[in-house]
Amino acid sequence: MSIPNTDDLSIAGINYSSRLLVGTGKYKDLQETKKAIESSGAEIVTVAIRRTNIGQNKDEPNLLEIISPDKFTILPNTAGCYDVESAVRTCQLARELLDGHDLVKLEVLGDKKTLFPDMPQTLEAAQQLVDDNFKVMVYTTDDPIMAKRFEEIGCVAVMPLAAPIGSGLGIRNPYNIRTIVENASVPILVDAGVGTASDAAIAMELGCDGVLMNTAIAEAEKPILMASAMKKAIEAGREAYLAGRMPRRAYASASSPIDGHFF
Amino acid sequence: MEVLLNGDPHSIDQSCTIQNLIRDLNLDGKFAIEINQNIIPRSKYLDIKLHAGDKIEIVQAIGGG
Repeated sequence: MSIPNTDDLSIAGINYSSRLLVGTGKYKDLQETKKAIESSGAEIVTVAIRRTNIGQNKDEPNLLEIISPDKFTILPNTAGCYDVESAVRTCQLARELLDGHDLVKLEVLGDKKTLFPDMPQTLEAAQQLVDDNFKVMVYTTDDPIMAKRFEEIGCVAVMPLAAPIGSGLGIRNPYNIRTIVENASVPILVDAGVGTASDAAIAMELGCDGVLMNTAIAEAEKPILMASAMKKAIEAGREAYLAGRMPRRAYASASSPIDGHFF
Repeated sequence: MEVLLNGDPHSIDQSCTIQNLIRDLNLDGKFAIEINQNIIPRSKYLDIKLHAGDKIEIVQAIGGG
């Protein structure tokens, strides 16, 4: 029995059948990027916004020629922004270059070593962007109070980190993630720190609506295979969540009947 | 005259419009342009002339997480 398609992920009024969102960074080349994304089944793909290489080789295709905005929902991020102004500017430029497409991933970093978000600045940037009619998917710490704040000011999705970006440590605090999910009326997606398939499955078992990852796939030994694993992990975790897991018990509960022994 | 293009000095003609610059640089694909921290909508590319000392940023989408 497969999940009925009434279990689509809905973000800002658009439905997606895949709950796996992927980044496009750290791949060997654009061909590998394309194959990994296809293998993952992802429909939402993040990109970064950077200066064009003026006068550089024109035979190098642009990312958006390989990953077309016609086929995918492109999610520009504000990676590398450490202040409100640069994050807001980045989103505005992204909206212009994507012809008015206004779904963005907001991250305002606070520290180069951990890449943890600066929460006060993230909140300020989120408010400015929401006021400017952006649909903001916000990268945040796993603080349940902050997660709810972002929802209250109008973010369309809240994305708590599992662990630092690129660390591959998996979900550090499942209890916080669960609390965030329980309190939320907008989609909650784990973003950052996922390392392998079981991490993604756990996120979904906690009730998350989706998972965003980049390094976990791009830095696997075999990225295209890992992308496939992640696709299955997200589906498995989601089915397990919808199926309602058995309770944990302190002691054993036999699975076979206790009478009718022949000995 | 001199402008700053993506952080580097760049020489352009006196009456250079943004459209002229785009053509001279052979830009294609999807990009966005900012002049002195103001985003220029595509519809204005033919109208807006560049001035000496303008700080121009041209950005595009690249791989990222």
